[in-house]
Amino acid sequence: MEKEKDLLQMVNIEKNFPGVKALKGVNLNVGYGEVHALVGENGAGKSTLMKCLIGLYPVSSGDIYFAGKKIEHYSTAQALTMGISMIHQELSPVLYRPIMENLWLGREPLNRFGLVDHQEMYNKSLRVLQEIELDEDPRTLMVNLTVAKMQMVEIAKAISYDAKLIIMDEPSSALTEHEEQQLFKIIRKLKKQGTSIIYISHRLAEIFEIADKVTVFRDGKNVGTEAIDQLTMDQIITMMIGRTMDEMYPKIPCTIGETILEVKNLSHKKYFHNISFEVRKGEIFGIAGLVGAGRTEVIETIFGMRPKISGEIWINGKLAEINSPMDGIANKMGFLTEDRRATGIFAVLGVDSNIAIPNYDQFHSKIGLVDDRAVTKGCNEFVEKIQIKTPSLKQAIQNLSGGNQQKVLMARWLMTGPDILFLDEPTRGIDVGAKAEIYKLITMLASEGKCIVMVSSELPEILGMSDRIMVMHEGKMTGLLENSSDLTQDTIMRYATGTQDDF
Amino acid sequence: MKHQNRLQEIFTKYGIVFVLIVMIIAMSMIKPSFRTLNNILNILTQCSVYGILALGMTVVIVSKGIDLSVGSILALCAVIAASLGQSSTASTKYFANMAELPIIVPILAGLLIGAICGAINGGLIAFTGIPAFIATLGMMTICRGFAYIYTSGKPVSTLIPSFEFIGQGRLLGIPMPVVIYLGMIIITKILLNNTRFGKRTFAVGGNINAAEVSGVNVKKILLWVYTYMGMCAGVAAIVSTGRMVSAQPGLASGYELTAIASTTIGGTSQSGGIGTVWGAVVGALVLSVMRNGMTILGIQSYLQQIVEGVVIIVAVILDMRKNARKA
Repeated sequence: MEKEKDLLQMVNIEKNFPGVKALKGVNLNVGYGEVHALVGENGAGKSTLMKCLIGLYPVSSGDIYFAGKKIEHYSTAQALTMGISMIHQELSPVLYRPIMENLWLGREPLNRFGLVDHQEMYNKSLRVLQEIELDEDPRTLMVNLTVAKMQMVEIAKAISYDAKLIIMDEPSSALTEHEEQQLFKIIRKLKKQGTSIIYISHRLAEIFEIADKVTVFRDGKNVGTEAIDQLTMDQIITMMIGRTMDEMYPKIPCTIGETILEVKNLSHKKYFHNISFEVRKGEIFGIAGLVGAGRTEVIETIFGMRPKISGEIWINGKLAEINSPMDGIANKMGFLTEDRRATGIFAVLGVDSNIAIPNYDQFHSKIGLVDDRAVTKGCNEFVEKIQIKTPSLKQAIQNLSGGNQQKVLMARWLMTGPDILFLDEPTRGIDVGAKAEIYKLITMLASEGKCIVMVSSELPEILGMSDRIMVMHEGKMTGLLENSSDLTQDTIMRYATGTQDDF
Repeated sequence: MKHQNRLQEIFTKYGIVFVLIVMIIAMSMIKPSFRTLNNILNILTQCSVYGILALGMTVVIVSKGIDLSVGSILALCAVIAASLGQSSTASTKYFANMAELPIIVPILAGLLIGAICGAINGGLIAFTGIPAFIATLGMMTICRGFAYIYTSGKPVSTLIPSFEFIGQGRLLGIPMPVVIYLGMIIITKILLNNTRFGKRTFAVGGNINAAEVSGVNVKKILLWVYTYMGMCAGVAAIVSTGRMVSAQPGLASGYELTAIASTTIGGTSQSGGIGTVWGAVVGALVLSVMRNGMTILGIQSYLQQIVEGVVIIVAVILDMRKNARKA
């Protein structure tokens, strides 16, 4: 049968969530012993497709063939026993339990009394950890490992399932260069043993290093599958975003004025040390680095969400005392958080409440009640200005698309009238079209004279938007770079992995 | 320096044990009568009922749940068990024409009713997805209502001698409630630390997503967590009925909170995935020693309640700081 040629065939897969078509007829074929890269912007559908594949989401329509057989209606547990294993992007360890229990969770070895055999578990763990050259005691609690080591444990776990197909979702996002090479070594070893790998990554350079084939996703569809040596990096990027880079990042030239925010030798007890930079009026200041480098923590500390242990924050030439987000807001700061759902939106409340929540002080009527008409008027202004697409102001924000939710949150902070706007991963999880609009909005704000501090893990975004870029590595600033056309992703990565360090 | 850190580590980890020891030493010095073997056995006996509940509650809280219905379940199990364990000499018999049954019948009935109530809790939580707080809050009043209906609000008394033995007899000089408590400690300890079920309970409470993608049947685990809690309530009901040689439907009201308090004082985290059986035991002992001590010292019982509340809050504050340091 022809189906036997490939280990995995996914044919015309569709997946609908309430109100969203996440996958619109996707095809994917992965051969035996093949490293198949999936690339695409956030929200393009890669992760959703993979969650369908491992049985976490049922598909709405379409067929999946694995090892020559049609498979349907299966659980993650069944997927694992069939040989489909996934290393998740959002690391999912059980933090306060030992490595070995995490490795064998769901299939703990038993002794003859039917109790868990700790010795056997320990021995088996040791063997698996050795295989990936991770030198840790299997009894160590997960919480005591670095992010990179947790990732290695996840990989060890996938290997221990004797998986035929291992899905790696952004496996290298938290790894140093050395660890990344070790990962590649493991991947090559697995490949030689006939294991197939689906490799999801934003880093195109590493895809060229490790993958055999690449499939590009955009807006819930696959726009092409090619052997990696048939493509150039630029071709992949153009396929990913559906337009060239210049159109994506519409930089409006604007005059950069005087210094507004100045941070001097800022240190946190745990996350970062000695951070110094200044941001000027009309400037977009990018902060780059790997996950866990301390970027988010820096801006959270400036805004007052975390205590600093030393350092000074100067605003408009005056020393500012900021100990809480309230102080931050009083100092004309705004903060768009990274995790929209956890710390941004009030899901069931309307668009108007979501915008007005930190701003009700502006809308007092004479007798001290909230003046609803003024709220509506104020919200409408912003809905128009930044083009939020919503049927009405009363619409619950959870029914809006990710991009529009993000715009509502922008409106919330703009209503406070900030001079300094912190944006933490402002385009995470929103589709390409909405991204371009957010970029346009950010540039517009800068041209109005706000100073923007943007943390982002997406290097094209950092390079496309920023005037200057600070790069961090493990809590330390390693580079403060002027953005010019010859600055490349590779250079930033060198600083982000600590290979290069200017301080 | 390193030595000092180690000491500090031991202290933060076993802090509550030190508190217990200090309490015992202080009481022994103030009141010699505290030190008598009888009083010590008394303390253990007094904490056996809510101590057993605290064991099940540890499993529940480790799974990131809560069970408010255990006091009511205990009462329902107790009245049903008592009605099946009445002596033929009883003046008001629940089952008028029933012969005396062997003790195993009321015991199994108590356990079974407990398990069923627990399974209903677990089923509601696992399969409808309603929060444990709500499911067990509902079951709390439902079971209490059934207990009153079953007894028409009257106590069930005059039980067979072997029931009395469970509550007041001794085995090798140790009161039976303490023996049963010890047995339950060992069973729960093995269940939580040495079985797949236990490991997965930690995983479900620690990171439910991780458990799910690792192929753990989360719903099944939750179902069994609450079923075990229910069975603990059944065991506690038998002990409690034996101690009083009767059962009444208003029994054990508020015991769910004492059980939660014991578990919490012992360092089991409400955020799930962290907890120990010995913690639940030490927590129950702290409460018991405190109550016994204050009573011996002649402290007014209303004041005792206030002290207890303060201790619970302080214990959790200390515990949160311990975990904050780790994170």
